[in-house]
Amino acid sequence: MDLSYILLIPGIPLAAFLILGILNKKIQPSISGLLGVVGMATSTLLSYYTAYQYFFVQTKVNGAFQVFSEKIVWLKFTETLHIDMGFLIDPISVMMLVVVSTISLMVHMYSRGYMKDDPGFTKFFAFLGLFTFSMYGLVLATNLFQIYIFWELVGVSSFLLIGYYYTKTSAVAAAKKAFIVTRFADFGFLIGILIIGFYTGTFDFETLNNPEGAAILNWASTSFMGLSVITWALLLIFIGGAGKSAMFPLHIWLPDAMEGPTPVSALIHAATMVVAGVYLVARLFPMYFMVEEGFALQIVAYTGAFSSLFAAVIAITQTDIKRVLAFSTMSQLGYMMMALGVSGFDGHAGVGFMASMFHLFTHAMFKALLFLGAGSVIHAVHSNYLKDMGGLRKYMPITNITFLIAALAIAGVPPLAGFWSKDEILVAAFENSKLLYIVGVIVAGLTAFYIFRLYFGIFWGKKYNSEHEPHESPTSMTIPLIILAILSFGVGFIPFSNFVTADRMGFDAHLNIPLATIAVAVGLIGIILAWLFYKKENDLADRFANAFGIFYRWASHKFYFDELYMFITKKIIFKRISAPIAYFDKKFVDGTMEGIGNKTLLFSGKIKGMQSGKVQDYALAFAGGAVILAIVFIYLWTN
Amino acid sequence: MDILSLFVIVPVLVILTLIFTKGLKQARMVTMVGGIVQLAMAINLVFAYVKERAVNDAIMVFTRDIVWFENFNIHYSIGVDGISVALILLTSIIVLAGVFISWKMLDLPKEFFISLIVLATGVYGFFISIDLFTMFVFYEIAVIPMYLLIGIWGSGPKEHSAMKLTLMLMGASAVLLVGILGIYFNSNADGGALTFNILEIAKVNIPFEAQKLFFPLTFIGFAVLGALFPFHTWSPDGHASAPTAVSMLHAGVLMKLGGYGVFRVAMFILPLGALEWSWFFIILAAIGVIYGAFAAIRQTDLKYINAYSSVSHLGMVLFALLMLNKTAWNGAILQSLSHGFMTALFFALIGMIYSRTHTRDITKLGGLLKVIPFISVIYVIAGFASLGLPGFSGFVAEMNIFVGAFQNDGMFYRVATIISIAAIVVTAVYILRVVGIMLMGPVKNPEFVNLPKATWFETTGIMLLLIPIIGIGVAPFWLSEMIVQSLEPFIQGVL
Repeated sequence: MDLSYILLIPGIPLAAFLILGILNKKIQPSISGLLGVVGMATSTLLSYYTAYQYFFVQTKVNGAFQVFSEKIVWLKFTETLHIDMGFLIDPISVMMLVVVSTISLMVHMYSRGYMKDDPGFTKFFAFLGLFTFSMYGLVLATNLFQIYIFWELVGVSSFLLIGYYYTKTSAVAAAKKAFIVTRFADFGFLIGILIIGFYTGTFDFETLNNPEGAAILNWASTSFMGLSVITWALLLIFIGGAGKSAMFPLHIWLPDAMEGPTPVSALIHAATMVVAGVYLVARLFPMYFMVEEGFALQIVAYTGAFSSLFAAVIAITQTDIKRVLAFSTMSQLGYMMMALGVSGFDGHAGVGFMASMFHLFTHAMFKALLFLGAGSVIHAVHSNYLKDMGGLRKYMPITNITFLIAALAIAGVPPLAGFWSKDEILVAAFENSKLLYIVGVIVAGLTAFYIFRLYFGIFWGKKYNSEHEPHESPTSMTIPLIILAILSFGVGFIPFSNFVTADRMGFDAHLNIPLATIAVAVGLIGIILAWLFYKKENDLADRFANAFGIFYRWASHKFYFDELYMFITKKIIFKRISAPIAYFDKKFVDGTMEGIGNKTLLFSGKIKGMQSGKVQDYALAFAGGAVILAIVFIYLWTN
Repeated sequence: MDILSLFVIVPVLVILTLIFTKGLKQARMVTMVGGIVQLAMAINLVFAYVKERAVNDAIMVFTRDIVWFENFNIHYSIGVDGISVALILLTSIIVLAGVFISWKMLDLPKEFFISLIVLATGVYGFFISIDLFTMFVFYEIAVIPMYLLIGIWGSGPKEHSAMKLTLMLMGASAVLLVGILGIYFNSNADGGALTFNILEIAKVNIPFEAQKLFFPLTFIGFAVLGALFPFHTWSPDGHASAPTAVSMLHAGVLMKLGGYGVFRVAMFILPLGALEWSWFFIILAAIGVIYGAFAAIRQTDLKYINAYSSVSHLGMVLFALLMLNKTAWNGAILQSLSHGFMTALFFALIGMIYSRTHTRDITKLGGLLKVIPFISVIYVIAGFASLGLPGFSGFVAEMNIFVGAFQNDGMFYRVATIISIAAIVVTAVYILRVVGIMLMGPVKNPEFVNLPKATWFETTGIMLLLIPIIGIGVAPFWLSEMIVQSLEPFIQGVL
């Protein structure tokens, strides 16, 4: 299989970034929009072509999809340790190519309408190009360091796009927060990489993931505080993943990231970048699974499950529609992490892995659709808040229908996409741990509830009253909505388990009817409750909220995690570490040096009387000096 | 005429010509032409070096030796390896950029440019010397003009800062001189003649006791210039008072002399001393790395932020050198280069912002992205480079340092390394703090709604510095190879 064309897939968005970034104001917005979309469409076609070639044309070897890779040495540390640049083609990277290109293309198309009169239109498309390039680089990475490099680059693209409205103080703060929190997580990631490099002698995924390779077989050779160093490394790498994928307690940046333009939220903070953490664990799955009987994987499972529940509870109480979706994203990412965490490796035992990837795939479609739908609504009513919405279904029929499809998909209503992937996750959880299964079911119910609270709140409920009548968005925006709606409906029918599995062999998955029934029933209960509460304006919801009292208040304040972090950064790091160091530096370190200087001045003040101007004094000093020197020389001479 | 001596002769010719110039226009024209010639020479040197290296595997190439003072066996002895070639290129780029940045130097332009070029001469001479005494002389030539440059053309409490900087560096020189003399008097340990030649001394087995005594003196003597904690306090005050081009040259080049000297003299000649003392200086260096970063968070003056950032970044250089392995050393040299370009760029940008707003206090500024987009965007890019974003030189350097440092097993090294790595998070905090307050957000001060855009000479200066940062960041292999090759003989000394 000739693979050199694959370089074009990331190459085109990179070129778009450079061209648009350098020309910027010198280019017509309409042209830069067109350039972005055409470029992205080409890249998308190439991705689809790759997927087709890989899954349907290439023959399996020993029943498994082959792994192709090509790389060059980019930076050599030692003979064995080096950063390679290249691409790795295996089932999950091909799947990610499809996800990234599809969503990015939709967002490019949508942004032509959404950002129409924005003065930074070209710059926006340049940033989208930079992000898409970096994300491709991330999914195609052949080794830990390459993934880290692109990991940082998607982080910086995210920073630039969250802070896109840079004159807005809240957007600046959000961008900073996102970068610094994920950077903190990357600190763990980097140390994990260094540990892996030192103890296994390689960064390369294929070598690391080889079940018969040294990295996996010799995990027990060195241990630290009762755990294998490799397990420590995997846990540290997971911290990096948790930062990007907004896992508790590193989730605090994601809701604030909604300050960015809505297409950005759809692309980066719902469908692609935030799944990088999930992808990272999946990328190293053989290691996670086999080192120390999957200890690290257990941590992944429980972190995912807790984050999932935690975020779903908060999502119910939020009033900013984008924040509801942000917490929803966090919750669904937790779901994917949990699925990875409970997965086995071979054949049907690996259903969790498959389900996680499947859910990543379907979630990208319907969550991007939800965000773009929300963007369409925000575009029409110029507000992010539920209180300013209601009854919009009459004004925005396409947005209404597409949003409904996405909501049904995420709520797990058959036969939409979310139903299939969620069912597989619950099957995997059920087979591994009843506790995690129950958490999964509860989250499914909460998800259905909050998403339909949102849906009814926006499109039904109270009548819309304002001076100006909201309009349906232009076709440049509705076409992507329609395409994504079709995908959200249909992608669940893809027999995913035949293509993307941990052992690359594929297996036949069957619907588990009892578990599916339970999940659907719980989802429907959630929907019905939301219908009762929010379809018509009534005070049921408020009464309900009041009944929960303090718990409701806590949840609506996101359990005060922002305040906690604020306390740590402002009160502890700034006031108790940084300020004292600056003071210490001025007062003591510099003070000592200045002190020495002052003492010297004082001393010179005392001895300056020597230069009295009297020739006799000088003569005396001269003679004395000469005698001393003579003695020294004679002493040296005789020795 | 040999290719290396030109690096001393051409600046001297420039100085001589400058004496006869009148006014700003002539002075800057002469300096600029001189700067371009030096850059061309440096680029030529790189190619010549690569060609020569292919056929010549001596430690130093293009060597030349002239007896200077026979009684003490002092020679004018020069030669280069990949490391000095890279640093010479760095110097020539920063000098030229500095000329462009000082395009509008109105006070005593002739004298200013003369002092600047004297400084550059010292630096070039230092990098090509392989005789300790000659090296020391060039070192002093480079340091002395700082006093005048800050004291005369500086701002704020300039006399005090100039005095402090000069005295602290002179104090360090005194310590260094003792170290150098100590090395000299031990250079006959194997029965040969006393010599100052670094390559000769390196072959001598200097007794362990002497190494143990003179390593810390030599190390501290040089490292003060590399802002070793706790001897770094001359640097923030000095930078804050210095005029823009001087800050650029000082932080960009002069401070590199510290790390280079530590490597070339202290480590190469006294490897046993290095092994003996490394733990102690690792502690100081690691403290410097994290301490400088935290101190930077609290500053409000742009120059202080950058000065403390330098303490942190150069602490990383010393830290890497003390790790005593090839990967970390490669990182140290790359970090020296990378920091040189980045910090010079920062100071240039700070100078541009200051010349437009007349303040360096970030709390008084805001929303500059809207007002002076080009300068601000470059500032953001420089910030990303500084916080070690892939695609820029800092990342390549830091990753070499971290991977190298991680090759040393043992709890002590691990803890020190992790502390140093933690600085990448703190760095992100202080960089984004500046970006957030000063560049983004609404325009705070109505006076600053209309500021002049960047001029052509400012843009040229910026680009000269930005290109290498991106170049090294995107394609590090060639530079990295050149440095690693030259590290080979040094690493054998330690092992």
